Amino acid sequence: MNKFMSLSEAVTRHVHDEASVALEGFTHLIPHAAAHEIIRQQRKNLTLVRMTPDIIYDQMIGMGCVSKVIFSYAGNPGVGLLRRMRDAIENGWPNTLKTEEHSHSAMANAWEAGAAGLPLAVFRGYRGAQLASVNPNIRSLTCPFTGEKLAAVPALAPDVSIIHAQKASAKGDILIEGIIGVQKEAALAGKKTIVTVEEKVDNFDDIHPNLCVLPGWSVDAICVVPGGAHPSYTHGYYRRDNAAYLEWDKISADREQFLKWMDDNVINASPEDFAGRIEGLMQ
Amino acid sequence: MSKTDFTPDEMMTIAASRVLKNSDVCFVGIGAPSAACNIARLTHAPDITLIYESGTIGTTPDVLPLSIGDGELCDTALTTVSVPEMFRYWLQGGHVSIGFLGAAQLDRFGNINTTVIGDYENPKVRLPGGGGAPEIATSAQEIFITIKQSKRALVEKIDFVTSLGHGNGGDERLTKYQVKTKGPTLMVTDLAIWKPDPVTKEFTVTSLHHNVKKSDVQDTCGWEVKFANSLDETPVPTQLELTTLRDLKARTKKAHAA
Repeated sequence: MNKFMSLSEAVTRHVHDEASVALEGFTHLIPHAAAHEIIRQQRKNLTLVRMTPDIIYDQMIGMGCVSKVIFSYAGNPGVGLLRRMRDAIENGWPNTLKTEEHSHSAMANAWEAGAAGLPLAVFRGYRGAQLASVNPNIRSLTCPFTGEKLAAVPALAPDVSIIHAQKASAKGDILIEGIIGVQKEAALAGKKTIVTVEEKVDNFDDIHPNLCVLPGWSVDAICVVPGGAHPSYTHGYYRRDNAAYLEWDKISADREQFLKWMDDNVINASPEDFAGRIEGLMQ
Repeated sequence: MSKTDFTPDEMMTIAASRVLKNSDVCFVGIGAPSAACNIARLTHAPDITLIYESGTIGTTPDVLPLSIGDGELCDTALTTVSVPEMFRYWLQGGHVSIGFLGAAQLDRFGNINTTVIGDYENPKVRLPGGGGAPEIATSAQEIFITIKQSKRALVEKIDFVTSLGHGNGGDERLTKYQVKTKGPTLMVTDLAIWKPDPVTKEFTVTSLHHNVKKSDVQDTCGWEVKFANSLDETPVPTQLELTTLRDLKARTKKAHAA
């Protein structure tokens, strides 16, 4: 089956209202183009999963697509706070937002458990941490061998996982390089997986045997979107647009300004526009 | 150069850098810790292993990363592992000697809040949250903290315990929470160096930075400060330390504005 399709078609086919959706990428390879497509298609009441909501979820939350976020660090990395997410949590704008908050260690373990098909993740964590008293999904169990009390959280297995990657081969295999984050775990844990890539190449005949590759049969849709991670980055293609992250702090500070920016850059734009946004950032 | 030709922030970063050893394996928090760790690497500890939670091990960035996952960290690292591997094998597995953390709010026992100001369900300010810190705080062999002093930051009671320090003091870390690592053993601020009392585990000022008075420390701290009987004066930055820091900051600013 040919899994190559337009981003518009992939989102129409796999991302539905009220679904749980993970758009992952640990600072690197964040699938911004896919998020913008979801915003344009006006999906509602999504439960979003992501370790670091970053400005990608700030935008989706501010545009009213989201009713709940499962996360472990809600900042604009190195810059400050996520102003649209804060506005939703503190003031209910544009709608109220439920949150389920974890630590990175818990989320990373939960992704791995999801990829492994387990119902829960077990790890040594949350000791003395107050999150355990405000999140009922943080529990504990006792090791049957040593008696040690360990933290337990549910595995992550969203309806759809969406990641960005460097390359797809003509057969639809996916290559991920650089900071690989939880890309493989999210892709395998999702019931459906959409991958956006920088480019399609003939084959992977010359790559190193230990590189991170997702076989084509393990994903559901592949969309070629050059620049699709911007203002995040794609290792080997273009660097992180740190100036855009700094600028976002100002854009997102005001509701009207935010809406105008979204209108200009998302609603009245297309996946093809991303290629132009990385021109000054190419490596 | 006169003896006072540096800012309190520069003194803080440089004093924090000096506590790191060449043999350390240091899990680096973003912000102030990142600057301190890289100054250590660029001056007295060239072989230090710096780890960022994005999975980069042994990274040697030329400019400070804006985020914990800038490409610079991966490009200059010995190796880059997945985030689950980072937290499960390297951190939880006990391979990290120092966790270097910042804080929004902190109490006298080194418990850290980076989650909310006010009530959790109805916060006055929603801060970013814990990220890697809750498990760094308990799995790294010991914790260094760096923070700029103010009555909003150093408080009698933190609004939320994001990351465990010494709990309510004494040996509570071990007895109440079964955490076997040392926890906070050092705090470097813009005014002083603090170490926990061996018994109570309350942070105690052991060294004042140049030209800092006891009253300066007390006026910017929300609890009644304890001072060691014999107080040291932190050596002022050397020319090499200052130049290295200023060059790094200038390179960083230029890179992020590009």
